[in-house]
Amino acid sequence: MARHVLRVNGKDHEVDAEPGDSLLSLLRDDLGLTGSKFGCGEGFCGACTVLIDGQLTRSCVTRVGAVAGKAIATVESLAAGDRLHPVQQAFLDAEAFQCGYCTSGMVMATVALLKNTPNPTEQDIARVMDRNVCRCGTYPRIVDAIKRAAQQMRTTTTAVGGQR
Amino acid sequence: MSKIPSAPPVLPSTSSIEPERYELSEPLRYRFELERRDFVKLFGGGLLVLVAAPAALAQESGRGRGGQNQQPAELAAWLQIDGNGHVTGSTGKVEIGQNARTALAQQIADELRVPLASVSLVMGDTDRTPYDMGTFGSRTTPTMAPVMAKAAATAREMLIDQAGARWQADRASLAARDGRVFGPGGKSIAYGEITKGQALTGTIVADPPQQKRTDWQIRGTAAKKLDGRAFVTGAHEFPSDIKRPGMMYGHVIRPDGYGATLVTLDSAGATKIPGVTVVHDGDFAGVVAPTERDAKRATAAVRATWNVPAGQPSSRTIFTYLKENPEGEGGRGGRPTVTGDVAAARAQASRTFEASYLIPYIAHVPLEPRAAVAEWQDGKLTVWTGTQRPFGVRAELAEAFHLPEDKVRVIMPDMGSGYGGKHTGECAIEAARLAKAAGRPVKLVWTRAEEFAWAYFRPAGVIDVRSGVDAQGRIAFWEFDNWNSGTAGIQTPYEIANRRIAFHPAKTPLRQGSYRGLAATANHYAREMHMDEMARALGADAVEFRLRHLKDDRLRNVLTAVAEKAKWPKPSAAGRALGIAAGTEKGSYVATAAELSKTPSGFKVERIVIAFECGAIVNPDGLKNQVEGAVVQGLGGALFEAIEFADGRLQNGTMEQYRVPRFKDVPPIDVVLLDRRDLPSAGAGETPLVCVAPAIGSAARAFGKVEARLPVTLA
Ligand code: FES
Ligand code: FES
Repeated sequence: MARHVLRVNGKDHEVDAEPGDSLLSLLRDDLGLTGSKFGCGEGFCGACTVLIDGQLTRSCVTRVGAVAGKAIATVESLAAGDRLHPVQQAFLDAEAFQCGYCTSGMVMATVALLKNTPNPTEQDIARVMDRNVCRCGTYPRIVDAIKRAAQQMRTTTTAVGGQR
Repeated sequence: MSKIPSAPPVLPSTSSIEPERYELSEPLRYRFELERRDFVKLFGGGLLVLVAAPAALAQESGRGRGGQNQQPAELAAWLQIDGNGHVTGSTGKVEIGQNARTALAQQIADELRVPLASVSLVMGDTDRTPYDMGTFGSRTTPTMAPVMAKAAATAREMLIDQAGARWQADRASLAARDGRVFGPGGKSIAYGEITKGQALTGTIVADPPQQKRTDWQIRGTAAKKLDGRAFVTGAHEFPSDIKRPGMMYGHVIRPDGYGATLVTLDSAGATKIPGVTVVHDGDFAGVVAPTERDAKRATAAVRATWNVPAGQPSSRTIFTYLKENPEGEGGRGGRPTVTGDVAAARAQASRTFEASYLIPYIAHVPLEPRAAVAEWQDGKLTVWTGTQRPFGVRAELAEAFHLPEDKVRVIMPDMGSGYGGKHTGECAIEAARLAKAAGRPVKLVWTRAEEFAWAYFRPAGVIDVRSGVDAQGRIAFWEFDNWNSGTAGIQTPYEIANRRIAFHPAKTPLRQGSYRGLAATANHYAREMHMDEMARALGADAVEFRLRHLKDDRLRNVLTAVAEKAKWPKPSAAGRALGIAAGTEKGSYVATAAELSKTPSGFKVERIVIAFECGAIVNPDGLKNQVEGAVVQGLGGALFEAIEFADGRLQNGTMEQYRVPRFKDVPPIDVVLLDRRDLPSAGAGETPLVCVAPAIGSAARAFGKVEARLPVTLA
C-alpha cells in the first residue's frame, strides 16, 4: 500500500492504494465522487468516463499508479454553481436519458469529443462514443444533445472570442 | 389483551391482469444456517418471535395473505400537502428509467390543479409507501396512474370543501387552480394554508369528479423528467452510490459453474488482509473488507474448490433439450386454447406451411449491475437496493433471515434500469448476510460478470408454427406451439377460424425470468415471420395480407400508419428491402417497418419506422423516448444478442463479448404516435419492442433464406 496524490477537479487528494488499484474505485469510494459510475469494470461501457489531461479515459481500467500528477476531471467539475456546462444543458434540453445511469459518462465523453471535434458529424460521434453504452437506448437523443451542445459552444466561442 | 383492530379500508382492485408466470420467477434461495446465537447477538437475547414470511406472493389487488399487503384507501397514505403547498405523492411503484416518476406526478398535478413543479413522489420504500406488487408488465399507467389521479381528485374536492366551510360560501361558487381555492369576490386561499401541513384525513373516493381526457392540462404534455438535472450533474444517488456511516464492502465467492457445490474453502490467505472477514454459510461464501479493492483482493486470495455437475446442456443443444424436458403442463397458460376444427381445416387447405423458430436466452444487461447496501440496527434490517419489486425483496429478506416483514425495510433509489431483470433480491440477501457477519453496514455491487452469470435471462424457447390457407388465400388454420418462451403475446390477433395455441413449460438449465415484453417478443417473431412467409408464398402484399385477416381497428390503424410513413412497399433506394410486422400486447398496439441494405457479411439496418398506440398519451416526449429505447433494445435481440454457454458456464458473459446495441448500430428511427384521447392510457414500456425482430427478419428474406434461430442471420 502506498500513498498517492490524485489531482482531481483542480484539487490534490492523498489516497492510500496499491498502484494497480482502479481509479474509479478511489474516486467513488474514497473521494465520494459518485458521479462516475461503475458499469462493467472492463473498459467497454463508458459509464466511468473521466478526462485525464483533457483526454477521454475509462477510469475503471485506469490504474492509480499511472495518473500521478495528471489532471483528472470528473462530471462533478462541469457545472459552475447553478450554471450547467453547455453539454449538461444540452443533455437536459434533449432529455437524452431514461434511467440516467450512462449520462455522466456520456456527458464527459461528449466534452472530450467536442474539444477535439467542435463540429462532429454523426460518424465522428459514433466513432468516438462507441465505447459508451446506453442500455436504455437513448442514442438518437444523445446524438441530438451532442449537436445542440456543439452548436451552443460554437456560438458562445464566437461571441466571447474564447474557449470555455 | 389487545383488541383485534377492525380491518382498515382498502382500495378495490384496479386490475384483473394476472401476472405472467415469468414475472414471478423464483428467487434464488439461500439456506443460511441461521443459528440461535446469531439471533441472540442481533436482538440482544430479548423476546424473539420467528415468523417465516409467506413465500407466496400477494395479489396486486390486495388479496394478500391474512389481510397483509393491501393497498390502503386512506388518502394520507398516498398524498400529503405541506404548509407551503408542496405535494408529495407516495407509491410502491419504482422509477427505473421508464418515466413513472414524472408521469405519475403529472396525474397528481393535473387533478389537484397545482403546477408540476410543486409535486414530488416517494417511490418504492416499504416503510413509507403503500404496498405494491412490483413495477412490471406495463401496469404503472393502467393501474397506478388512476389511483394517483383519484387520490388527487379526492384531495382537491376536500380542499374545496374546507375552503367553503371556512368562508361559509356556496360550494358551487368555488374553484381550484394553481394550488389555491378561489371563492366569490376574488378571494382565494393556498392549499398549504388550508392543510397547515396536517395530513388529509379521509378515504379515497371511488369516483371523484375527474377531468375528461380531452380537458387534460398537465397530462398529455411533454413535461420534462422531474429529476433530469441530477442525472446530468452526476448528483443523483443510484443504489450503488449509497454510502452509510461505517460502511464496509462485500464480495461474494461465486461457484465456477452452474449447479456447483462447494467442496473446500481455504480462507487463510484472505484473512491475512487487515480488516477482512470471510463468511461461509452453507453454499454461500463471501468476504467483507474496509474497501472495495481489499474485498476484491480478499476474494482472489480465497481458495475454493467446487464440484460442477457434468453433462449440462449448451447453447447448441438447448433447443432439443427444451422440447425433451417438459415441466408439468397446467401451470399458468399451460392448457392449449383450441377454436374450431384444425384437423378438418388442414384436410381441406390448399396449401400448408410449417416452420420452427428458435429463441436463445438473452441478458438484460442493465447498465447498473445489482447493488445493495444492508444495515442491521436494533433488530431491524434496512436495505437500499435496485429492484423492480421492493416489497417482493422485503419478503425474500424476511424469509431468508426469519424475520417478520415489519423488521425489514427495503428502499429503492431510482436505479440504473432493469428491463424486467431486477425482480429478485439475491444481491440484497447477500449484502444482508455479509453485514450480519461484519456487524457493520455492507455495500455489495455485483461485477458485470456476476450480473451476466448469476442474474437471470429471458427464457430460451422453441416455437413451432403450422398453418394453411384456403383457395381464396385466407388462413384456414393456425397451430402454434411454444416451448418454454412463455405465454405473453401467444394468441394471434388475426381472424382465423380454426386454431390451436399451446404453451409447453420446460425445465430450464439456466435461471430465467422476466424481461421487457416477456415472451411477446418471441411469440411476435414467430407469428409475424410466419405471416410474412405465407404472404410471400401467395404473392400477396404483406400489409394487405394482414389487413385481410384483421378486424381490430386499433391494430389496423398502426399497420396502415407505419406503411404510409415507411412508403410501403417501396424501399427508399435501389438494392434495399422493406420488412413489416404488427402486433398488440398489454393493451397497446404496434407496427414496425425495417429497411435493410445488403452488405458483404449480411445486411445492415438503414431505418426503422414504428407506429405505436397506447390510448391517451400522458407524456408524448416520454413516450417517444420509451418507444425509441424499446426499438434500440429490440435491435440487440434481433441482430446480435444471444447467451452462449456450455458445461455450466457462460462463454460470452462480459460486456466485451456480449454485444449490446451501440451508437453505430442505431439507424434513424421514425416514431409515429397515435394519440387516442377517447381511450384510457395503457402501458408503453414494453410493446414497442416486439415487432423489431420480425420486421428485420422479413426484410432480410429479400436477400436470402433467414435462419430459424434468432438473432436474424442469412443462411
Ligand atoms: S465501468 Fe468503465 S468502461 Fe464500463
Ligand atoms: S439512460 Fe439508462 S443507460 Fe442510458
